[in-house]
Amino acid sequence: MSHNLKNITLKIWRQDGPQAKGNFETHVIDEITDEASFLEMLDILNDNLVHAGKEAVVFDHDCREGICGTCSLMIDGQAHGPQRGTATCQLHMRQFQDNAVITIEPWRASAFPLIKDLMVDRSAFDRVIESGGYITAETGGAPDANLIPIAKTIADAAMDSAECIGCGACVAACPNGAANLFTAAKVAHLNRLPQGQAERFSRVESMVETMDEYFGSCTNHGECEAACPKEISIDVIALMHKDYRKAKFSNRKDLARK
Amino acid sequence: MLPYTIGNYLAPMLNKSIPGTDHPEFKAAEEAARLRFNGYLSTGGTKSPDHFHRELGKIIWDYCGMERTKEGLTKALSDLPALYEEFKTDLCVTGNGESMNQTLEKAGRVDDFFQLGMLMCRDALDREESCGGHFRSEYQTEEGEALRDDENYCHVSAYQWGGDPMKPNLNVEKLEFEEVHLATRSYK
Ligand code: SF4
Ligand code: FES
Repeated sequence: MSHNLKNITLKIWRQDGPQAKGNFETHVIDEITDEASFLEMLDILNDNLVHAGKEAVVFDHDCREGICGTCSLMIDGQAHGPQRGTATCQLHMRQFQDNAVITIEPWRASAFPLIKDLMVDRSAFDRVIESGGYITAETGGAPDANLIPIAKTIADAAMDSAECIGCGACVAACPNGAANLFTAAKVAHLNRLPQGQAERFSRVESMVETMDEYFGSCTNHGECEAACPKEISIDVIALMHKDYRKAKFSNRKDLARK
Repeated sequence: MLPYTIGNYLAPMLNKSIPGTDHPEFKAAEEAARLRFNGYLSTGGTKSPDHFHRELGKIIWDYCGMERTKEGLTKALSDLPALYEEFKTDLCVTGNGESMNQTLEKAGRVDDFFQLGMLMCRDALDREESCGGHFRSEYQTEEGEALRDDENYCHVSAYQWGGDPMKPNLNVEKLEFEEVHLATRSYK
């Protein structure tokens, strides 16, 4: 049974641009159905703000079903809010009680400069992905399924890494603003599969070094894993480090032969 | 990543120098966009883009859904321009054009949706047959199956912008089947 929540106080971060000074703005929602998603609650607030002649709160969203990685809110200090293993868009008001005071902030990390209010620029992630380059694959029609035999355990592990939606919660949750979970998920996805072997070591080397240009260093806090909406395990970071170390030897050997 | 309709135009420009932002075409496009967005910002009305989006969606949902009728489409084509007129005079967009403004972005989209909505209804009204996934109630077999009219509608309708969203220019491209001939699929 749905019921209406009463008297919800929102403390929302407002900031006009990356250089502007920001502050918390308080809004009270008198009543809202607990069936509303968190983002729908913000939609309603925004529509009310516009009708009252005030500027709507800027926030990022797209699929609203946990698959695109666009939504990105720090809710009461937790990336994607209090519910484990879900993105902001999958959070509903039933997670909150009457009279709740909810603080909403953008991702805060120096690699993610603020655009406005709750929206940040995550294109540093694109730089990491770009530096990974392509895999060698035949073009043309899609190959038959199971043409390359892959053990179920490997396929499952690769899939677990491929689940990363690139939301950046791991970076926002990390006290160092490190992107190791994200980068390692992307590295592990391909490095675990036969199709990813040809460029395995050049890929890991350039992705890790591009990551280092933008993000902080990992000191094993494990906050990333706790915040990740896809519950990606920090084990992938171990795999990335192992491959990176190997790459430093093998890529140097390649160089010496030239 | 580009929409597949654009790649063809850009491909011949590979390795050629990129026109600068002082190019007259760029200037004209920028000016047109600025005028359009300033227009939304300065309407000074009372209703949000979301409000119009919902009202518009309701009309399309009711009269231009999977099943449509001449009567409903005619009604939609009288309701839509009236609502569009209201959109142009009673729209309220807060904020400004200087920093990120999602309300302004929505206004632009809703404007497009209005024009597209009118076009959809026009074309649905024009096509006096039931074809593809859409069903004009007036055109069905005795058993309630979709009834096509290959005699008069075996063509693609491509509409061209003519300045008034209610009066698009229709271009007709006949469909000719040489090897495989037209048939009616049975879903029974
Ligand atoms: S690893 Fe998890 S938290 Fe980090 S970007 Fe991917 S899905 Fe988001
Ligand atoms: S909006 Fe797509 S994951 Fe949340």
